[in-house]
Amino acid sequence: MNNELLNELTFFVLALFVGFEVISKVPTILHTPLMSGTNAIHGIILVGAILIAAGAHTPVEIALGVVAVTLATTNVVGGFVVTDRMLEMFKGRQPAKAAAKQEAKNK
Amino acid sequence: MTIVTALAYLVAAVLFILGLKQLSSPKGARNGNFTAAVGMVIALAATIPLLHFTRTGVTIIAIGVVIGTVVGVFGARMVRMTAIPQMVALFNGVGGGAAALVAVAELLRFGNHPAFSEAFPSVFSIVIGSVSFAGSMVAFAKLQELVTGTPITYPGQQVVNGLLAAAIIGFAIAVLAVASIPFSFIALMVLALILGVAFVLPIGGADMPVVISLLNACTGLAVAASGFTLNNFALIVAGTLVGASGSLLTKLMSDAMGRSLANVLFGAFGQVQRAATAAGGGQARSVRSASAEDLGTLLAYSQRVIIVPGYGLAVAQAQHAARELADVLEKRGVDVEYAIHPVAGRMPGHMNVLLAEANVPYEQLKEMDQVNDDFKNADVALIVGANDVVNPAARSTPGSPIYGMPILNADQAKNIIFMKRSMRPGFAGIENELMYGPNTVMFFGDAKDSLTRLVAAVKAA
Repeated sequence: MNNELLNELTFFVLALFVGFEVISKVPTILHTPLMSGTNAIHGIILVGAILIAAGAHTPVEIALGVVAVTLATTNVVGGFVVTDRMLEMFKGRQPAKAAAKQEAKNK
Repeated sequence: MTIVTALAYLVAAVLFILGLKQLSSPKGARNGNFTAAVGMVIALAATIPLLHFTRTGVTIIAIGVVIGTVVGVFGARMVRMTAIPQMVALFNGVGGGAAALVAVAELLRFGNHPAFSEAFPSVFSIVIGSVSFAGSMVAFAKLQELVTGTPITYPGQQVVNGLLAAAIIGFAIAVLAVASIPFSFIALMVLALILGVAFVLPIGGADMPVVISLLNACTGLAVAASGFTLNNFALIVAGTLVGASGSLLTKLMSDAMGRSLANVLFGAFGQVQRAATAAGGGQARSVRSASAEDLGTLLAYSQRVIIVPGYGLAVAQAQHAARELADVLEKRGVDVEYAIHPVAGRMPGHMNVLLAEANVPYEQLKEMDQVNDDFKNADVALIVGANDVVNPAARSTPGSPIYGMPILNADQAKNIIFMKRSMRPGFAGIENELMYGPNTVMFFGDAKDSLTRLVAAVKAA
């Protein structure tokens, strides 16, 4: 086993533990946004996709590259935007603001 | 890898972790998403110095990024709030697909007889990525109602799925051992795609959030495996973080439904037939229904009304109408609350988001534990397009697919107004006893339409 692989395994195992620890306590209403947020983070595969696409020569490589980059970009961009859109809805929660609006309506 | 790139990847990893941390508390959630996005931009920018561009390479990356950005932004921005769950499934699926394709490209580049430490993660990524892609597409189709949301089962299904999995393992070993056969992994990919479809088909639509979360974790692991193939730390760390936190989240979600993950994933086998026969016997029974005027009077002279929103409210975009009804009732001095079941709608938090959009005051939204004891003091439980989350079968019928799921005690209210489009069973595909209850009145129609009629009736009462 070479050094690089050992390093990679170390990162892998430590990241596993961090991943478990970091979200250990999360309220139910945030389950969906959190899922969507992690979904956006695995869009990091875009890094891999541009790595294989950059040096593409053969038709097969080109086809794989263009499809992989397209799919991965969709994952990243769509993932972050849709998560933001969900969380945007939570901001209208300040009771003061809602009450003020209500008052304005009643007048 | 240059030092700058390595350090930038480290910064990106830290930002992902901080982002996840913030995403798990209501206060910082939106910032958390932004933090993670910044991490992503840094990781991508740091990758550019690693690339040896060919002219074709530049072109295909540009094409892919432009198409992906347009589809991603358009899909995420234009979709109705109700359809967001299936968009998450879709975005997850394409990520899995990308991971599989990256692994294929790397495997091709290794040529004949790659080292086991390179070939193994590639094969893993191809299989898991393909399963995640196909499974997510089925989840999307189910939520979009392109295919039926009820579990699709047939005799011997478990055997077929088991054989599929065995065939995949067999092929994986073959690819690893005799990698000199060109494109031998195509068979592997096809089998994995079929398994992805076969795996999700027997799972009911109501359980899709858990399945999507599981596939999300799978995609994370596939990405991490691709990272091993490419020797890229950013992929390994980010992919693993998602794999681990996604697995935990999957467990938390099935816990919120009061079920084990195994029960969610494999519960449909064998149980559905029983539930179906049980439901068949109930068709001849009758239900009570009432006019908008009667119900308006009932509501107007109540002291306490609890609104139970469900997916029907989301589909009909009835959140504003619900708010309006609550407003006219409150003006008459009626105490109004919303009881939010953790999995009401298609995903946890779905109802909170929709009602927040309609500016319903946060204090009126009650979680299940807070509100469940209040139902027995409520004059009316107004069920708007919810079904499975108030189905008493979850308490009383051990054979039912939802048995054991905590439900809202709407059946304890003095009167129950059950608003529904038709007598069709809910998303879990099972009959609801509550509709036949002695205190239950059905009010058929589109949720928005019905609520508007109730508003008029309350005003007139």
